[in-house]
Amino acid sequence: MAENGTNGTNGTNGQGYVGTRTIRPDGVDKVTGRARFGADFNLPGQLIGRVLRSPHPHARIVRIDTSKAEALPGVKAVITRDDFGDQPSEFIPAGEMMMNYKDVVRNVMAREKVLYEGHAVAAVAAISAAIARRALKLIDVQYEVLPHVIDVVEAMRPDAPVLHDDLFTAGVEPKPDKPSNIAKRVEIAVGDVEAGFKKADVIVEREFKTAPVHQGYIEPHAALASVSEDGSTELWCCTQGHFIVRAHCARLLGMDIAKIRVTASEIGGGFGGKTVVYLEPLAIALSRKAKRPVKMVMSREEVFKASGPTSGATVRVKMGATKDGKFVAGFGELKYQAGAFQGSPVQPGVFCAYAPYDMENVKVIGYDVVSNRPKVAAYRAPGAPISEFAVESVVDEIAKKLGLDPIDLRMMNAAREGTKAAYGPKFGPIGLEQTLNSIKKTEHWNTPLRKWQGRGVASGFWFNIGGETCASLTINEDGTVSLMAGTPDIGGLRAALTSVAADELGIPYEKVRPIIGDTGSLGFNFLTGGSRSAFSGSMAIVEAAKQIKAELCARAAKLWEAKPDQIEFKDGHVRPLGALAEKVKPMSIADFAKIAGKTGGPIGGYGRINAQGAGPSLGTHLVDLEVDPETGRVTILRYTVAQDAGKALHPAYVEGQFQGGAVQGIGWALNEEYIYGADGKLQNAGFLDYRMPVASDVPMIDAIVVEVPNPKHPYGVRGVGETPIVPPLGAIANAMENATGIRFTELPMSPPKVLKALKERGLNKV
Amino acid sequence: MRYEAPDSLDRAVALLADAIGETRVLAGGTDLLVQMRADVVGPELIVDIKKIPETRVVAEDKGGWRIGAAVTGAELKEHPRLKQVWPGVVEAANLIGSTQVQGRATLGGNLCNGSPAADSVPALIAAGAVATLAGPRGRRDLPVENVMLAPRKLALTKGEFVVSFLLPPRLPRSSDAYLRFIPRTEMDIAVVGAGVSLTVDETGTISAARVSLGAVAPRVLLVPDAAAAIVGSRLDRAAQDRLEAAARAACSPIDDKRGTVEFRIQIAGVLARRAALIALDRARTS
Amino acid sequence: MAKHHIEATVNGDAVEFLCETEDTLLDVLRDTLQLTGSKEGCASGDCGACSVMLDGRLVCSCLVLGCEVGGRRVDTIEGVAKGQTLHPLQQKFLEHAALQCGICTPGFIVAGKALLEQNPNPTDTEIRYWLAGNLCRCTGYDKIVTAVKDAAVAMRKG
Repeated sequence: MAENGTNGTNGTNGQGYVGTRTIRPDGVDKVTGRARFGADFNLPGQLIGRVLRSPHPHARIVRIDTSKAEALPGVKAVITRDDFGDQPSEFIPAGEMMMNYKDVVRNVMAREKVLYEGHAVAAVAAISAAIARRALKLIDVQYEVLPHVIDVVEAMRPDAPVLHDDLFTAGVEPKPDKPSNIAKRVEIAVGDVEAGFKKADVIVEREFKTAPVHQGYIEPHAALASVSEDGSTELWCCTQGHFIVRAHCARLLGMDIAKIRVTASEIGGGFGGKTVVYLEPLAIALSRKAKRPVKMVMSREEVFKASGPTSGATVRVKMGATKDGKFVAGFGELKYQAGAFQGSPVQPGVFCAYAPYDMENVKVIGYDVVSNRPKVAAYRAPGAPISEFAVESVVDEIAKKLGLDPIDLRMMNAAREGTKAAYGPKFGPIGLEQTLNSIKKTEHWNTPLRKWQGRGVASGFWFNIGGETCASLTINEDGTVSLMAGTPDIGGLRAALTSVAADELGIPYEKVRPIIGDTGSLGFNFLTGGSRSAFSGSMAIVEAAKQIKAELCARAAKLWEAKPDQIEFKDGHVRPLGALAEKVKPMSIADFAKIAGKTGGPIGGYGRINAQGAGPSLGTHLVDLEVDPETGRVTILRYTVAQDAGKALHPAYVEGQFQGGAVQGIGWALNEEYIYGADGKLQNAGFLDYRMPVASDVPMIDAIVVEVPNPKHPYGVRGVGETPIVPPLGAIANAMENATGIRFTELPMSPPKVLKALKERGLNKV
Repeated sequence: MRYEAPDSLDRAVALLADAIGETRVLAGGTDLLVQMRADVVGPELIVDIKKIPETRVVAEDKGGWRIGAAVTGAELKEHPRLKQVWPGVVEAANLIGSTQVQGRATLGGNLCNGSPAADSVPALIAAGAVATLAGPRGRRDLPVENVMLAPRKLALTKGEFVVSFLLPPRLPRSSDAYLRFIPRTEMDIAVVGAGVSLTVDETGTISAARVSLGAVAPRVLLVPDAAAAIVGSRLDRAAQDRLEAAARAACSPIDDKRGTVEFRIQIAGVLARRAALIALDRARTS
Repeated sequence: MAKHHIEATVNGDAVEFLCETEDTLLDVLRDTLQLTGSKEGCASGDCGACSVMLDGRLVCSCLVLGCEVGGRRVDTIEGVAKGQTLHPLQQKFLEHAALQCGICTPGFIVAGKALLEQNPNPTDTEIRYWLAGNLCRCTGYDKIVTAVKDAAVAMRKG
């Protein structure tokens, strides 16, 4: 049997579906409004659940009195911290971050303290939303307000208010004896940066600051839980990982995993923000208590205040290069704010900072710092956009100082196959150079600009992951195929997997129907994150198809009384070889399906893997922008993305990842930020003042799909979903420098900041 | 919460005058419903004025234009004549929110929401619009610049509501323009808004002008000094500089999540100048 | 106070329902009429995921009260396709991969249909500004604009 994917051929049409722009099988339901997202499920007799949230950024909970709420007619259950057992301190992987269950249970429902405005304190389930809202007002919480700290540098000070008196900085020697807000220090180092700097002809050192930004998914969190008298639980929720949700809920509620069946609804965006639990354990606890289904949906304000944005950070980068442009030293110090509980993505930020480049001497230090903000959650290549923004900005300054073309400078130092990254691994084939070359060849790169217009380029890296994946293929009695995957489909996965299954089995695309199975239907699937679902899912499908093909050949051998070497599977049929071909005719999958019962029973394949060999995806972005010098307003004129997909299973959805990530990056660079008052409260908890790009804010995003196959995947696939958000911050900052002559080091580069900088230099005239 | 949709002015006035407890008038609802959902307001009575014919007119009146308080921005844009006479007023109303919001938002609601950042108000003030109110003591007229006193504070007494606006007759060679500054291209609340209406004489010299600024003070401002700065000029560079300076001098903005004091003052001058240039260009070709 | 009893037309069908004063049209559509195609993304008129047509006018249903629609006509995403036949916009969205997660898609289809009914040959800029009230976080809007333009071509061909 072939070890590699059929990679472009398909018995039915000779062409193959992989690599073509098929219509996604779940598409019709989505364009007609039929598809069911998290809040679209309802059960008869359901109650509406709502959460009481802390108005204070930092306070001790002295007392919670729920008696009046419980007495309100129509209220069927009220829960507080008393309804959740405490959890010991234990780190478990979640997506690409590690989480501590002691923290998880406290984030889900505050215990000793509230640690951010919006922190859940209690929840009610009632027969209507109006009664639930009234019940919340009747819960009496006595708080002892404590001083709060928001900013990461402030939180690191020795005299800062301490959030957790059992948090001692890990990763420093000697171990501290006083608790602080610095949860850990991490470091990577190769070579000798001090020696490297001595060799440098040019050194640039800069400090950068970024604000927390939210993933901005349009669908708020939603969950519907129904617990039976024997404890069996059904849960529908929008999530990037229903097996993870099951694991968390089982843990937090003290249940057997098998007793919880989680169905992932269609999901209205996640970008990492739906890899954790917020409402799900609350809905289950309420349903258990009320003995009725409980539906909970967050408001947009709750999404901003109580779900996790990504970190804000302060980053210092120092790079040295010779006059020929060789990077001889790279230093970084990253301070990432984790929100109320430890676990910022500072480690991936540290790993990725210099990863696009082949450098002998690198040292990057990172600090994970807590502060009184919502606990951060993953946001698309978590940690990397921030550190790579800083490095790409400094790379650009070095290019300017040396009089070198910024693409040529990156090319000179580009990591390639065989490069050993500062964070450890040796790269297989990777496509950074190809993306740089693609950009250089574009008409975009060669189009002249006018005054107050600037062009910027930046590259980016994300490592991608594989992970535990189970998927099945079942041959139905009529020869059609049912495909079941276990990672929620965020944006085209079913289309890609259907193409793979159709090509592997040599049957028409329309004869394969995919679903995302619930947790009772498949073995453990790690979540949709780390750009892994197409990469791992397709590997599992290839494995399942392999099993089916082997099974069919074995049945043919029996039927034809032939030996295995006289039989092969090709182009959707089991075929007799050599002399046997004169005696029997090839048989299709449908032929075998008709006689499945008589030849051994139902036919299927089940791929259960821990996908290895994920290859990094590198990209280069090019942006033209124009600054209005009298107002500081920035218009993005033109944008091109070139990124290595390895093999694009579905080119349109790969392009879509490039375009979507680029526009998120544009928002992050120019206008998005969490704005806090001195009182520690979020001032812009809505889409009006949390300013994400709208359609008129951005131009078309040209997408160039580079394909440097990943040799470890049967089709050469690399994950592509996360890398697109990494280069925009640097590319836009570099374009701003070219447009204005000013190096902006603080994001977002919003008009008041830009105008102030222009005015200080007397430049604010047309 | 009660909801009433009277079909006459008198009935509406009676409902509002007799109401006990918090009462709100409903036109497009693009502010009211948001505030209700956010628990900022909790009215006991909502009076929907959209069934009252006087609030829905768009018609020439005494040489000017009468626009009902409950006419939507989209309807104003679709009116075949109005945008030729008052392009600034129509474009201002159509900058509020999105296409969906413009399908509901009204001049009456935009004014009576009491936000100094309202988009249509500087354009109405620059136009010299007069609001007609109905109340228990009968009708009265109030120049729009006198309706909003402070954020969320109107000069209306109990039982009164805005029925319509009258835009004055247009002299020949007149036009108007409205510009606002927002960080994105759409959807934001104005950080600064500038409305300019002017008339030029046969020589192309500005013979009359009104300048209004929004979001730079506790109320939307009529800035006579800014108008004086350009009357008698052809908006040469010196006049533009005078205009900018006068606009800036009139500002007393706040720092908030949408802009700093420094930024708003700077932008006020820029926008007043740019809006005046557009209005001048339109007036010359009108 | 007693609920309002409202009779209206939704997607061409006569409907009647009860609602409280504070229930929005979006609440009524989703929770009472079980038409969950219109989505709540923000409840403040800033995202367009709840877009519907009210008497032929594009609005956010979260900014309309349920009790306002008595005697009026509401058209939602569920009424866009005609039987088994998709509207050209729906077809082009599929062909051009103009959706990823799909949560914003109903709003875009309703808004895009309203645009093409008013302006059968819109420019890119006109499309983008008309749709500025519909937030999408997944696609970066590129393929949505392409799909709308291509639908316009298909509709002009008749």
